[in-house]
Amino acid sequence: MTETATLVAAPPRNRAGGRRPKAGPVRKPTSRRKTLTAYLFLAPFLVLFLTFVVAPGIFGIWMSLTNWSPFRDVQQFVGLQNYIDLFTPGSVTSSDFWKSMSVTGIFVLISVPFLVVIPLLVAILLNQRIRAATTFRTIFFAPYVLGVAVIGVIWGYVLDTQSGILNHLLGLVGLPSNLPWTVDVPWVWVSLVGVTVWWTMGLNTIIFLAGLKGINADLYEAASIDGAGAASKFRNVTVPGLKPVMIFITTTTILASANMFGQSYLLTKGGPGTETRTVIMYIADQGLSQNNMAPAAAMSYVLFAALAIISVVNFRLQRERVEKGAR
Amino acid sequence: MTAIMNTRRMPAKKAWAQVALYVILIALALVIILPLIWMVVTSFKTDADAVREPYSLPDPFSLEAYQTLLTSGQQPIFLWVWNSFAAAALQTVLILLTASMGAYALARLEFPGKRVVFGAIIATLLVPPVVFLIPNYLIVQNLGWLDSIWAITVPGAAGAFGIFFLRQFFVGLPPEIEEAARIDGAGDIRIFVQVVLPLARPALATLAVLSFLGNWNDFLWPVYVLLSPENLTLQPGLNQLQGAYSTHFAIVMAGAVIASVPVLILFGIAQRQIVESVAGSAVKG
Repeated sequence: MTETATLVAAPPRNRAGGRRPKAGPVRKPTSRRKTLTAYLFLAPFLVLFLTFVVAPGIFGIWMSLTNWSPFRDVQQFVGLQNYIDLFTPGSVTSSDFWKSMSVTGIFVLISVPFLVVIPLLVAILLNQRIRAATTFRTIFFAPYVLGVAVIGVIWGYVLDTQSGILNHLLGLVGLPSNLPWTVDVPWVWVSLVGVTVWWTMGLNTIIFLAGLKGINADLYEAASIDGAGAASKFRNVTVPGLKPVMIFITTTTILASANMFGQSYLLTKGGPGTETRTVIMYIADQGLSQNNMAPAAAMSYVLFAALAIISVVNFRLQRERVEKGAR
Repeated sequence: MTAIMNTRRMPAKKAWAQVALYVILIALALVIILPLIWMVVTSFKTDADAVREPYSLPDPFSLEAYQTLLTSGQQPIFLWVWNSFAAAALQTVLILLTASMGAYALARLEFPGKRVVFGAIIATLLVPPVVFLIPNYLIVQNLGWLDSIWAITVPGAAGAFGIFFLRQFFVGLPPEIEEAARIDGAGDIRIFVQVVLPLARPALATLAVLSFLGNWNDFLWPVYVLLSPENLTLQPGLNQLQGAYSTHFAIVMAGAVIASVPVLILFGIAQRQIVESVAGSAVKG
């Protein structure tokens, strides 16, 4: 979090620095009018931002500290009770919550490696001198522009146990044709990860591709002159050159997978039982369907904290690894 | 064709690598595209045919699924298409207006509190959206917006992406542009409307496309804030459709085609801008 903040804060600082010599004695009235104009420009966005981002952010913290119920007029402050409940084994919500956290955790652990490695390999292939590279890139990216509901109905049909096309195809080549792709473990995991890769791999592919194109071609040439083979070039030029992109992609992919909702909601309905009910599904259900709003708000903040920690750790680890590699 | 001719001049090993490369890429492209083609093909089959002949081309070619959908009173798909268009367009306009003005101030004007405001906006990019879900539901409820187009357009326009995206573009403009206009006596508002906005047309167009796609495909939020069948958008609508016609594949696929054709057309027209801006904002950011 801090890293991003300093990164984005840098340009304005430079600009201010560049302007200093010109500013000289500040004429008050003009500068007040300038401030007013600037905030007039910002006002429409700030109204939305305060109402639908800042206010709910604070309101959510307040809710999580009360026993909020939509059926009561006055809400009672209960301190950290909702949080304590979540960390008390055996309380009403804690086991279900941590079960859903572990479901999300498993999904992150299995999906992220595929969502990083496959797009990286595809981007490397697309970065070769080939014909129709743009066409391939467009095709690979296309599913990403579709909504998850479309993805859900297409794959619901493909993966259906009785009349699904995948089982039908497996039967044609003599493999078992009754695999429960959307109704039983471990197949549900294969389906959820597979569908997610199919749907979103184009995004990471184009980001990797942009990263690869940004690596100075001279570096590869210099490596060739030194007699480096393809593997050595990959390790010594491509990997360090992709460092920032790699950190960006792993971080955003972990976050995206941790926010998974639609695939489970549509394909497996969280089942069998609650085996694939992700934490987002559980929070939405508790908060909006079961009217269990205060605990749900607390859960969303616990999730936020967990994701913030993971992001920071991931960022630190990767930076270290690359620095060690460079030495 | 030309690729094969080129390989002739290469050593044999390289030629084979080239062939393998194309085989892998084409195989992958088929894996990606076949489910989409098959969605379209299935939607033109009769209901019975869709189950009996999953791989054949539609024979007879049938509009039965579409007719069933369009005449269904329970699943008013016409209304859903209209609702989706209206919501996506309205939110896009809102984002373009608010983000272009806000981003311009953050990129080109000097004022106290600028860094704090920008930092706060960017920091929210890191908060998982579920944190806002329940409080925003209550806020929208209190505004009387549940089950209306306002619920699925206004709160979503408060996202930081538009500001972030346009600010990057405005920062990159040379300062001479405004200076020249200022010498001619133009004020900040006139400079913004008559000089900066026209220059920003490509960036605005890209943001418009991305915003439209994002709203069109939104799923979780509309599932919970839209209640009556006639107010749904296509994404939650499709979910209902699948519930109602779970074994009628042709009908469900026809619904999926209706939901995806507009975005696929939009993608077809603007694919270069979409791909490059998405990749670009990631690599630069």
